[in-house]
Amino acid sequence: MTALFLTAEIAAARAVAALSRRVGAGAGMTVPGKLLSKLDPGAIDKLAARLPAGSAVVSATNGKTTTSAMAAEILGPRFRLAHNRSGANLVSGIASTLLSAGDAELGLLEVDEAALPEVLRRVRPRAVLFGNLFRDQLDRYGELELIAERWREAVSALPPSTAIVQNADDPQVGHLAGGVFYGLDDPSVARPALQHAADSKYCVRCGTPYDYAAAYVGHLGDYRCPSCGHARPQLEISARAIELEGLERAAFDLVTPEGTRRVELALPGLYNVYNALGAAALARALGSTLDEIVDGLGRFSAAFGRFERIPVDGKKLLLLLIKNPAGANEAVRTLVEGRAPRVAVVALNDGIADGRDVSWIWDVDFEPLLAGIDTIVASGGRAAELALRFKYGGLDESAIEVEPDLARALDRGLELTPAGGELVVLPTYTAMLALQRLVADRGLAKKYWERAA
Amino acid sequence: MRIRVGHLYPDYLNIYADRGNIAVFAQRAKWRGHELHVDAIGMDDAVVPGEHDLYYVGGGQDREQLLVAENLARKAQPLIDAVHDGAALLAVCGGYQLLGRGYKGFHGEEMPGVGLLPLETVAGERRMIGDVLLETELGPIAGFENHAGRTYLDEGAEPLGRVVSGFGNDGESGYEGCRLLRAIGTYLHGPLLPRNPQLADWLLAQALAHRSGGEPPELAPLPDELETKAAHVSAERARSRGGKF
Repeated sequence: MTALFLTAEIAAARAVAALSRRVGAGAGMTVPGKLLSKLDPGAIDKLAARLPAGSAVVSATNGKTTTSAMAAEILGPRFRLAHNRSGANLVSGIASTLLSAGDAELGLLEVDEAALPEVLRRVRPRAVLFGNLFRDQLDRYGELELIAERWREAVSALPPSTAIVQNADDPQVGHLAGGVFYGLDDPSVARPALQHAADSKYCVRCGTPYDYAAAYVGHLGDYRCPSCGHARPQLEISARAIELEGLERAAFDLVTPEGTRRVELALPGLYNVYNALGAAALARALGSTLDEIVDGLGRFSAAFGRFERIPVDGKKLLLLLIKNPAGANEAVRTLVEGRAPRVAVVALNDGIADGRDVSWIWDVDFEPLLAGIDTIVASGGRAAELALRFKYGGLDESAIEVEPDLARALDRGLELTPAGGELVVLPTYTAMLALQRLVADRGLAKKYWERAA
Repeated sequence: MRIRVGHLYPDYLNIYADRGNIAVFAQRAKWRGHELHVDAIGMDDAVVPGEHDLYYVGGGQDREQLLVAENLARKAQPLIDAVHDGAALLAVCGGYQLLGRGYKGFHGEEMPGVGLLPLETVAGERRMIGDVLLETELGPIAGFENHAGRTYLDEGAEPLGRVVSGFGNDGESGYEGCRLLRAIGTYLHGPLLPRNPQLADWLLAQALAHRSGGEPPELAPLPDELETKAAHVSAERARSRGGKF
């Protein structure tokens, strides 16, 4: 059967992938997929159908790379995986991952929110994780409600045998046709109020503002509509007794129908507790035992560019990707609750993958970070815009340096960092890729596609 | 002097970083020795002419915009009176649309408007998204637009400016925004004011004139180096990649 599916088009696309990697043209991750989609639009369907254990799909605005990387750690001992680890999550990236699946048994696919309906239709996964929906790159995705509507349609088209796991704490996601609901159950770590950028704060049924018994991350929390009663669904999988330990760790009780176990994460922040819960719920739906889940999460360190630490000249870079208000707010919150940095480099690009509309930086609560800052280096193509954000956020202009060039901004940041210290760098997506290349070219870190291979 | 700002529906209309515009008003007032006092005017609050020197209406997602439209229409008369009595006003994107006579949706549904600005908006098939550069009486103005609505000005209505790059009101007329007395409506966010400080200062001066009952004062110049840099980059983006049909 295999030979029948391995058409000339697929062979050609594989050859392109190998060539693209050899000449160093990017990671060679999406080129073959794009070619394949052109040559044979139905190829993804066929490639997905070849995986003996089927596929699992992860989608969310925030956390999908980390969540799927955590799920990979849990599922690794049970399945050989075809996983788009480097985050190439559009249809072309999925095609490339499936092309190079080799003898993989299970597809583990992180999928872009907007690409999700098409991927679900083609891949026909056995399990799907719906994580969260935040406002993100409005110029590219359109309004939140539009994505939610497309998700609702996509869910209703799934065969009933599909296992669905979903974040009950997000009103839009909790409202999707029901599967296994997960969420946080520890008001002691809740925020006192909804953040400025909270999105889905009006009842999905009747439009009345929700009452929150606990607001955890953005609009994620324990909500109830005072008018029509629409409320967070009953949690089947939850996190209790959450402990957040600075910039290094987090721990929580994973509560499941099979029992409760303590999970220790080598990652900080409440949003990573959400990621871990989602990964646990998805792995459980794929047959993982509670032991496998707890061990897998315990082994996990960091996904590409997400709280990744890279040693440089006796100092360390701490890379935190920022891409939208909700995610950036959590990065800032985690930093400030850990060891608030006195020097930081923030890099804002405005390519298509970053969002060409940079207005979102004004919805990020940078102020708690600015309060402890001696020097902040604004970098990237829109460095001046970022500098204005800090200036009008109340930071004295003498504390702001504008250096659009990423290499020079990085050098300046390192220069300001004491020996043995850690430099916090908050880049947008394409700025992060550029930084990774920069660090790799200096021989400090392995190129990510080598590491992922 | 104390400048009193009425911020309409900040809980609903805040999608394109509208608080950036408010922060610019506040800081630039403070740096000139004035104080900005911002009141939120929500669903249950009234607009009372004379109480505020400057009104601000931001943009919202379709759902939020629909939630406030009817409520805002009930505040129409006092808002019209306030502007005709000399209050300044800035409306951005969704707020701009709501201040016209109304919005005709794609399926014929109608959203009521305030009827302050001489214009109406009709849903278009293609969204107009991208960087924009305008030439205006206040100099070049750069921003970002993202709207499905096409806004048509009445005969004789005054636009904010001429489109150098980008779509503007309707993608065809070559004009963007609308001015009436001390009121400005525009699709430009980004947010609008940090990189266009001359516009912020013009509105602050108008608000001060309303407060004092006299002429708009000459505001002391500020060292706007970062603002100028950001404006240059934004203008360059519009020139190289501003949207067009």
